Amino acid sequence: MSTAQQGMARRPPQSPAAQAQACATAGRLLVCEECDTVHRCRPLARGEEVRCVRCGAVLARYRVLNAEGMLALVLTALIVFLIANVWPVVTLGLGARQSSATLWGTIIMMWRQDAQVVAVLAAATLFFFPLNKMLMLGWVLLFARSRRRAPGFAFIMRTLYHLQPWTMTEVFVLGAMVSIVKARAYFEVQPDPGIWAYGALTFLITVFSGIDLRTLWDMTERKA
Amino acid sequence: MSRAPRAHELGVIGCHVCGLVSHEPAAAEASCPRCGSALHRRKRDSIGRTWALLLAAFMLYIPANVLPIMRTVSLGDVDDNTIISGVVELWVKGSPSLAVIVFSASIVVPMMKFLVLGTLLITTQRGSTWALRQRAKLYRAVEFIGYWSMLDVFVVALLTALVRFGFFSQVEPLPGVVFFGLTVILTMFASMSFDPRLMWDGPDDD
Repeated sequence: MSTAQQGMARRPPQSPAAQAQACATAGRLLVCEECDTVHRCRPLARGEEVRCVRCGAVLARYRVLNAEGMLALVLTALIVFLIANVWPVVTLGLGARQSSATLWGTIIMMWRQDAQVVAVLAAATLFFFPLNKMLMLGWVLLFARSRRRAPGFAFIMRTLYHLQPWTMTEVFVLGAMVSIVKARAYFEVQPDPGIWAYGALTFLITVFSGIDLRTLWDMTERKA
Repeated sequence: MSRAPRAHELGVIGCHVCGLVSHEPAAAEASCPRCGSALHRRKRDSIGRTWALLLAAFMLYIPANVLPIMRTVSLGDVDDNTIISGVVELWVKGSPSLAVIVFSASIVVPMMKFLVLGTLLITTQRGSTWALRQRAKLYRAVEFIGYWSMLDVFVVALLTALVRFGFFSQVEPLPGVVFFGLTVILTMFASMSFDPRLMWDGPDDD
């Protein structure tokens, strides 16, 4: 039986130091999630990502941040999330009257207007899921800094995996921009701190999406 | 080097949650030794489930487009907007570039999902070897862009919360927006329940 192939490198290795850092998983087997092809891991260089030889799916990425770096990112995101939720996103003016909306104001309004399905969807994908994601990730990283597994590690990692596709903050930000443009035709529109916080949050989420959470399994010890 | 081996040929199985590769268990019901998730070689009833979810999503997509999603009342004037009339209004009164974005998110993306997933399902059921790598790419694209369709739902929600000037001006959500939200959720479940590994199971290309 032939040995597993190495994944195709997109960029050549750059420095020996960078290689050594990512060596933790080298030699291990890696199965492509999308086509079941078996590959053998090898050290990755900075900025490198490995793709499946058969279907082209991304198999692994070089880990840019260590646990401390990721934790810092999570804490930043939590603070920004708080600001985004407390301050209103936009204020509309019509003559002397003003009206502003926060995320929760929006959710409650949809509930009252007989669109409970939308209210629940928004509450889940814009508040509860993102918040839970950040809290759980923060908890796990707090322990991962000293290469330990947090209590409930396996359960949290499974939950994080399943929550992955269900946070929609970046869509909400685009939605806010569309709403502003639509409202501008009839009202005076004034963006509030909430919208800037949401913008920053979108940026942080984009940085996060480049992180492969599976590396946390290898970063921490085997004992639970 | 001969062609790349696949997991079952080597007698191993990869965990879809934590990525650990372990020996393929003899029992049908097994869990990953590292993270405890259920291990299965292929997603269960993938084709059937995906068809069911996709068809359900498509049925809801019809009222989502036909029924109005939003009502604007100003000075007693009632104006009901559907998804497409909202796009047109944005084009005429606001900015055409945003209109294109909304049109893509609300019309192009859902339609693409129906077409792409439908094509993937049919070709996979026939064991076709046609354009496998391209089909794999299409699947990844659908997974990646799927949730952006929620855009219009959030726009309606925000406008409802913002435009509350009573008699002067008021926005209310209408049933279309609920159907549309459900369509997006169902198409997301549909693309998740599709198992792309099935595409590669029939053919032995390389």
